[in-house]
Amino acid sequence: MTNTTDALVLYGETFQSRLLLGTSRYPSPQILENAVRQSQPGMLTASLRRQNVSSTDTGNRFWDLLRRLNVPVLPNTAGCHSAQEVITTAHMAREVFQTSWIKLELIGDDYTLQPDTLNLVGVASQLIKDGFKVLPYCTEDLVLCQRLVDVGCEAIMPWAAPIGTGKGPINPYALRTLRERLSVPMIVDAGLGLPSHACQVMEWGFDGVLLNTAVALAQDPAAMASAFAQATQAGRTAFLSGAMIEQQSAQASTPVLGTPFWHQT
Amino acid sequence: MQVFINQTPHELPQAATLKMAITLVQAQPPFAAAVNLVFVPNSQYEQKVLQSQDRIDIISPVTGG
Repeated sequence: MTNTTDALVLYGETFQSRLLLGTSRYPSPQILENAVRQSQPGMLTASLRRQNVSSTDTGNRFWDLLRRLNVPVLPNTAGCHSAQEVITTAHMAREVFQTSWIKLELIGDDYTLQPDTLNLVGVASQLIKDGFKVLPYCTEDLVLCQRLVDVGCEAIMPWAAPIGTGKGPINPYALRTLRERLSVPMIVDAGLGLPSHACQVMEWGFDGVLLNTAVALAQDPAAMASAFAQATQAGRTAFLSGAMIEQQSAQASTPVLGTPFWHQT
Repeated sequence: MQVFINQTPHELPQAATLKMAITLVQAQPPFAAAVNLVFVPNSQYEQKVLQSQDRIDIISPVTGG
């Protein structure tokens, strides 16, 4: 969904959509490709894993698909549990994908996949010094996010809920507080399960959403990807439109003046 | 000497380079390499001399979220 007047801008670069899409867990590469073509995401996330050097497969089909889709790639550091693992993976990703973008993932707990918030800021700082455009996957903790901005992150990616849960925003108060307190672009990453979740956070003023499982595990991933793209844009438009102020009591929308039979009985 | 390439033991001559290790396993591009958890740019594969028991990681693009 291209909106030339209200584009997502991260680190000075403009993206055609506020929906960022993951590439994992799809039933097939073809279905992934269909989902991408249906939703036209601003970026696609990808990762790195050890090459199966004993394999007879001489090609990397995923790589071929990425090149064919021609969508900006956001490599991640998924699975990294230490600063050194993150730094090394990021440098390897930069060489392989030929991009300085990195989705910083530093996992602190394997059960919830919660980021290691105590070490995240230091790693982000190092990556920025190394020339990366860092998009840190973080919790909705205000002080953590402020520290990430302080060390040079020009955008941050707080979670809505643990990765893959599809629960939607489980701490609306903290997310909305975060939006009110920080002015950098913020992309809600992880935990979204429905297009309404994406629309909701966009209505709150977040700048984009990043999701994977909600699309990949849908019965029709391509259709769901399209639904998320539309919901993301709808939420953005609603945010820019300025919502009405909620009222405690009913207020007639039809004019009362001239109501027929008023007080006649 | 023995080195580990993607966790599998391999034999290489003394003072072998990272380039030789990559050639040995016929790594398929695109890939990047690290030795003992330190990234080695592809421009340095021929200069990077390996030591016995070095752990070499060769990684390639995969899907990710």
